Amino acid sequence: MAEHTIKAFDDDIDRLRGLIAEMGGRAEAAIENAMLALQRQDKELAAQVVADDKRIDAIEAEVEKLVVQVIALRAPMANDLRDVIAALKIVGVVERIGDYAKNIAKRVPLIATNSRMLEPVSLLPSMGQVAGEMVHDALNAFAARDADLALAVVERDTVVDDFYDSVFRTLVTFMVENPKTISECAQLLFVAKNIERIGDHATNVAEMVYYAATGQTLPDRERGGMQQLEN
Amino acid sequence: MTEEQEQLKPANPKMTARDVKVFYGPKQAIKGVSIDVDMDNVTAFIGPSGCGKSTFLRTLNRMNDTVASARVEGLITLDGEDIYASGMDVVQLRARVGMVFQKPNPFPKSIYENIAYGPRIHGLAHGKADMDVIVEKSLRRAGLWEEVKDRLQDSGTALSGGQQQRLCIGRAIAVEPEVILMDEPCSALDPIATAKIEELIHELRGRYAIVIVTHNMQQAARVSQRTAFFHLGDLVEYGVTSDIFTNPKQERTKDYITGRYG
Repeated sequence: MAEHTIKAFDDDIDRLRGLIAEMGGRAEAAIENAMLALQRQDKELAAQVVADDKRIDAIEAEVEKLVVQVIALRAPMANDLRDVIAALKIVGVVERIGDYAKNIAKRVPLIATNSRMLEPVSLLPSMGQVAGEMVHDALNAFAARDADLALAVVERDTVVDDFYDSVFRTLVTFMVENPKTISECAQLLFVAKNIERIGDHATNVAEMVYYAATGQTLPDRERGGMQQLEN
Repeated sequence: MTEEQEQLKPANPKMTARDVKVFYGPKQAIKGVSIDVDMDNVTAFIGPSGCGKSTFLRTLNRMNDTVASARVEGLITLDGEDIYASGMDVVQLRARVGMVFQKPNPFPKSIYENIAYGPRIHGLAHGKADMDVIVEKSLRRAGLWEEVKDRLQDSGTALSGGQQQRLCIGRAIAVEPEVILMDEPCSALDPIATAKIEELIHELRGRYAIVIVTHNMQQAARVSQRTAFFHLGDLVEYGVTSDIFTNPKQERTKDYITGRYG
């Protein structure tokens, strides 16, 4: 895209995009590390995820400040305006994604090492990976103003939802058969729910990116992960 | 934006232009512009210097007639009537399609006379009492009455720039026009005087069809419901103002309004 006649405007936009890229990278790492901590029962890594979340929150505050400043001083229009508004909304959502990752990490010490737990736990890393990739792609789509990539993220949300339904059923079955593990399994249910929400939030980001890139909104879709409630 | 969309009235063309071309000698300034000017929505013409927006505005009340080398082709109608038809009374046309200019240009006469002049030559007033009513009504509509009612005999040129411009709007209103054309009406005014003119445009909307040419895109965004973007003599894009400023369809419009032009 051509540069603005006022170069300082481009500098502001570059800084905004840089902050969001960093925030996205940190949120993605938080998901990955939280899942790794869960698998390895690594309480130190889990504590690190919780601590690192502060930086994600700080970036959100920084972006909010910068967006207000850009709107006040640069009066952005058209795609610039859509970009800036999308940036403001995206940081709010990515901050939530970071909170979900932090919440998963906080549960790690509550889930005792137990070899019998391997079965229900086995699906979670793959589920976390898909959700992490969705976050990654949604933010890449923002950086590249890539509406097609954003659309692909939205479509991938059903994968996470299907995972969630599957994990839910597996855990319920496991709890019925092993009532002593109910406390741990309940924690795992929350972990699965958190990942499912991360997928939804990545989808929200992708929808904002799609609007920023095209000026068109995507039609409303059903939010998944509810299948088991209908059964 | 939502408020803006709610404010948008359905299209009700007061003036139409079809394939209008304007030439200054051999140079073509307008390259076939077709547009409808709404009665109920304020229309803004935007574009870089030399894009033809002022030239096109001037075709709407035949101001270009005064430029010897200017030649206008195509069809322009007011209420369906061809304003370039041979039988058209240009003086009458300019009373129906009034104009406000970039620099306030009050007559070097009293405030009262500035307003009364037009109605008098058009025979709109019968006697002094009648004229007093017209003067008060026009100044009220121009948002100037409260500021000048006690000094109507003072010279119009003694007013501040913003007041002078509102006086000129009052002068245009006094002859009961149907359309008001404004060519950069605020470019010589400070922000407060500008805000007063913009508020006035808002109040006058619906009573008159209003077209405003402005270099200030924020002003177009604030006062208009429809925006036309001109570039190099072409009408590049014409649409609902909120759409033009949030999601323009044409690359050239986008580059201009986001400050990437040139």
